[in-house]
Amino acid sequence: METIIRMQDVSKTFIGRDDQVEALKGVSLEIGRGDICGIIGMSGAGKSTLVRCLNFLEKPTSGTVFIEERDLSSLSPAQLRQVRREVAMIFQHFNLLMQRNVLDNVCFPMEINGVKKADARKRAKELLEVVGLQDKAKSYPSQLSGGQKQRVAIARALANNPKILLCDEATSALDPTTTKAILHLLQKINREFGITIVIITHEMAVVQEICSHVAILNEGELAEYGSVEEVFAHPKSLAAKKLVFRIEPKEALMESRRCVRIVFRENSSFEPVIANMVLACRTPVNILLADTKDIGGVAHGQMILQLPDDEASAARMLHYLRERKLEVEELPSYMGGGEAGESDV
Amino acid sequence: MFENLMQGQILQMLAEGVVVTLYMTLFSTFFAYVLGLPIGIALVVTSEKGLRPQKVVYKILDIAVNVVRSVPFLILMILLIPLMRLIAGKSYGPTATIVALTLAAAPFVARLVESSLLEVDPGVVEAAQSMGAGLWTIIWKVMLAEAKISLIVGATIALGTVLGYSAMAGAIGGGGLGDIAIRYGYYRYQEDIMIVTVALLILLVQGIQWLGTWLSKKLDRRV
Ligand SMILES: Nc1ncnc2c1ncn2[C@@H]1O[C@H](COP(=O)(O)OP(=O)(O)OP(=O)(O)O)[C@@H](O)[C@H]1O
Ligand SMILES: [Mg+2]
Repeated sequence: METIIRMQDVSKTFIGRDDQVEALKGVSLEIGRGDICGIIGMSGAGKSTLVRCLNFLEKPTSGTVFIEERDLSSLSPAQLRQVRREVAMIFQHFNLLMQRNVLDNVCFPMEINGVKKADARKRAKELLEVVGLQDKAKSYPSQLSGGQKQRVAIARALANNPKILLCDEATSALDPTTTKAILHLLQKINREFGITIVIITHEMAVVQEICSHVAILNEGELAEYGSVEEVFAHPKSLAAKKLVFRIEPKEALMESRRCVRIVFRENSSFEPVIANMVLACRTPVNILLADTKDIGGVAHGQMILQLPDDEASAARMLHYLRERKLEVEELPSYMGGGEAGESDV
Repeated sequence: MFENLMQGQILQMLAEGVVVTLYMTLFSTFFAYVLGLPIGIALVVTSEKGLRPQKVVYKILDIAVNVVRSVPFLILMILLIPLMRLIAGKSYGPTATIVALTLAAAPFVARLVESSLLEVDPGVVEAAQSMGAGLWTIIWKVMLAEAKISLIVGATIALGTVLGYSAMAGAIGGGGLGDIAIRYGYYRYQEDIMIVTVALLILLVQGIQWLGTWLSKKLDRRV
């Protein structure tokens, strides 16, 4: 893997009038060229701060960021502006120029970059085709829907041929269908232009949809980082577990004793498996959580089951599931509530 | 009651009054923007949340603007007599009044510009920064361009206010409609002339307001 972004021990402290907030606490992170890296965490975890440090819109209090091995903290303001032309950004609220039409919005970064007007317009038109808005070139942002505005913002972000695209909650203001469409557009951009994408979100679904890697941020610290497959299948930290299970450990699972988590990958369709297991063992199970998706006829996702108290039936069920090549994990830390898990954060 | 108005020279005087009032208002407002626009921009840029926070510069500008705005206009005119002599060659008459009006209106204009620019969505400014835009590009192409409509509305307010001040300046020999209203209405009890003069002032203010509203509606792209 060739590293394109390297964060080195980045801390950021905001000093207010009578308090200070440590938004980032010594975060180190390497993002590979061509990755789609999701940054996920609770509100206030420091996600926006982290991404704003990647183009030095926010200067870290300590530590630094390298973009293609250029240390941003060592650059002059002019050099920094040059790097920013290679690191585009899109936002939750689109941030388009309301007094300019769509075409001129897309031309704006090229104006900044000193591209000739005629060339800029030509490229802007091509980009509007990429995002499927060629017929809206003369419209003004106020005449567009949220999804269309984000498409304009994406076209604008691509104008200067960036190597990296930063997305801060780019889909949070959109409905689920539009969110999907925008995510797929980002995926297409990643594939076709080889642009590395960093995408902030607080929804695991977004990560599952398009990301190759995921960083989990918890109270300013990097709790976990790895490929989506890996983090999803074996979350180690409590923060990761909370996000993957989408449940507060102290709540629903507190009472339950024998819980297992099943991860579905390529080879199984979950409904018959569970139904068949119940039939074969003649004992009911509780489904505490089912979060699965059918992708091309194959189940992907996870399920948390509460097995019967009776040891023998429980063992039989575990055996049944493992025999079917499912990944089954017993969840000891969930039996006694959340406390036991706290130590491994 | 309106017999005074039938005299040709009175009509001519009123027409000249309108021209002089417009002359003073337009030039003073123009020069007030020449001074006030950069100050307004500087206030926004150097403020704590601005693009180049400069505590000391901001404080100095902020206080200077407040001080000049607090001085009553008539006092300011008297204080400025030496400056008016220097620039216009005399201490009365329309051109001298422009000097006083400009200085009185500049801090007001600076505040109008400041508040218009503060209305610009910080997210859009941040987007421009993330594209690698420099300070001047952001001021010119983002802040002023996005605040265009609010700036026009502000300019309309400024014109109306300066017109009112110019009438007040008439009281101490400034010329224009205010001068006529005071000379004929107040000193000579020719109420008809005073009423017509005031009506003309109202019409001018209305006209400016109408023009400003029309222009801002026509240019606004936010629908
Ligand atoms: N400019 C600032 N001044 C002071 N505190 C700030 C500033 N920006 C962020 N913070 C604080 O830093 C912490 C992290 O904020 P950040 O915006 O990075 O969180 P986030 O993970 O993006 O949250 P959300 O999901 O709500 O957007 C918060 O406690 C926030 O209040
Ligand atoms: Mg945020």
